[in-house]
Amino acid sequence: MKDVVLEVVDLKKYFPTKRGTVKAVDGVSFTVQAGETLGLVGESGSGKTTTAHCIIGLYPPTSGELRFKGQDISRGFERRPLSLRREIRIVFQDPGSSLNPKRHVAQILSVPLKVHRIVGRGERLSKVRELLEMVELPPDDYLYKTPRALGGGEMQMVAIARALATSPSLVVLDEPTSALDVSVQAKIISLLLRLQSELGLTYLFITHDLSLMRNVASRVAIMYLGKLAEIAPTLKFFRSPLHPYTKMLLSSVPVVSPEERALKPEKVVSRGEIPSPVNVPPGCSFHLRCPEKGEACSQLDPTLQEIEEDHFVRCLQFQGPP
Amino acid sequence: MSSRKEAALAVWQARWKGLSRGWYRYSRNPLHVVGLVVLLLIGLAAGLAPYITPYPEHAGPYTNFREAGLPPSKAHWFGTDRVGRDVFTRVIFGYRFSLLLGIVVLSISVPIGVLFGLIAGYKRGSWIETVLMRVTDIFLSVPPLVLAMAVAAMLTPNLFNAMLAISISWWPWYSRLIYGMTVSLREQYFVRELELTGAGKLQILLREILPNCLGPLLTKVTLDMGFAILMGATLSFVGLGAQPPTPGLGTMVAEGAKRLPAEWWSTIFPALAIVVVILAFNLVGDGLRDVFAEEEV
Repeated sequence: MKDVVLEVVDLKKYFPTKRGTVKAVDGVSFTVQAGETLGLVGESGSGKTTTAHCIIGLYPPTSGELRFKGQDISRGFERRPLSLRREIRIVFQDPGSSLNPKRHVAQILSVPLKVHRIVGRGERLSKVRELLEMVELPPDDYLYKTPRALGGGEMQMVAIARALATSPSLVVLDEPTSALDVSVQAKIISLLLRLQSELGLTYLFITHDLSLMRNVASRVAIMYLGKLAEIAPTLKFFRSPLHPYTKMLLSSVPVVSPEERALKPEKVVSRGEIPSPVNVPPGCSFHLRCPEKGEACSQLDPTLQEIEEDHFVRCLQFQGPP
Repeated sequence: MSSRKEAALAVWQARWKGLSRGWYRYSRNPLHVVGLVVLLLIGLAAGLAPYITPYPEHAGPYTNFREAGLPPSKAHWFGTDRVGRDVFTRVIFGYRFSLLLGIVVLSISVPIGVLFGLIAGYKRGSWIETVLMRVTDIFLSVPPLVLAMAVAAMLTPNLFNAMLAISISWWPWYSRLIYGMTVSLREQYFVRELELTGAGKLQILLREILPNCLGPLLTKVTLDMGFAILMGATLSFVGLGAQPPTPGLGTMVAEGAKRLPAEWWSTIFPALAIVVVILAFNLVGDGLRDVFAEEEV
């Protein structure tokens, strides 16, 4: 049994709006173990980013529980102690807006060092250099550049260095590569993987790019309309997907090599779009788009069940009689 | 130690680069350069007024009725007024008071407005925002000239009180400008990240958000120098500003206006002087706007 770093229990986050309550996250439970990468995948609007933001404390959850190494953290960041904020860090999706355009790299990286008193005043600059070297940016060239002078990938490397400045144990990666060119994406991913093995980091990797997870994640969780559809170890997930939604997504991933083709499920035509989280359909929220739906699907909402070891699915097909 | 020196050097190099790039954008429109040159000349002349004007003693309560009301000539470029004082000398001294007024007004109103705007914008949604912005709105709802006149009329009419009156009607505009920018900046992920990290509020407001407002702020300050000078001249014109024999430009226009059209020079030249300085500030402000607008891209 590995150490559990993060435990999410029945997390709910509702946003009241004029047109009704948006149930962005509606009862999500999962755990993240030390040293692993949990890939949280979903279409836009599925609530994956909201889940990430609740975990780092950008807003407190509506209900449910968040536990970090056994400690309850179900509240906004303002009410979390500094020691906790040092342990859980985030890399945002858009590197352009996550770095202050008016400050140079050395200033940006000094802030967490200063706030968390990682090193003394005199050693700050050398620590900043160390951080830049860690993310493969030569310090002499980058220390005094402003974000405007950097490319998207370089900005994201600085953002990663900033997240790692406090030696965190859990890093939430909120679509860290989706705003980047494909060639740069690969570089960032391999950097993240190297840092993970060197520093023993735990990642919660939020993305909409399912194929990326095959090489990155140790386990993959699929979100649909604020709920988990399926969660399984990566190999199982790609080899024997169970949920119709997962099959639909996997069959739409483009493949190149024969091995990949062998893994790919038969073509399931993707249809429809994700409904608005204000008007969640009754019953199973996926039944409107589901190619395998039965009669009960429009009335009964299934719960997440462990079908095989570590393989959880939320679908009536696999649900025993209540 | 050497690494710190290196750091300072690198920072200055980057600044110099930014500055030269800014100058390139600014100087692409020759009018902007003209405006800047005119402003520098006015500033220099105003600063050195006692040394470069032909009759520095004419700036005060001087009378020489034998030379009263002379038209422009070699001895008196802008002619003389009804008590025989050299109008050119008085215009240059008038610039002194006008520039002083502009600088004082802005150094009072800009910090107040910026502070209000930063705090209100950052505290959006709380009662602090409501209080600060409603106070701002109350001041904004009265036309600035009317407000300034009302305040100036309540106080003893002199140059200092005119400055105070104008400042009171001026700061809310800065409050609005900075408020709007802060509201949009604070939603950016870099501010969110700083909050998550635990950076202090003062650090976030002054060192992270404020530098992002400096471009538009500097542009507005430059444009407003012209408008503040105009308002100062207006107050002087109606007798609520600089009092005779102080050579306020507005006061001079008002005095000369009584003798129009015969002694036109004693009113036209001070009026032109006002136009020129406002135009110059506008040109420079426009240039700065171009510089900063492109920087955002």
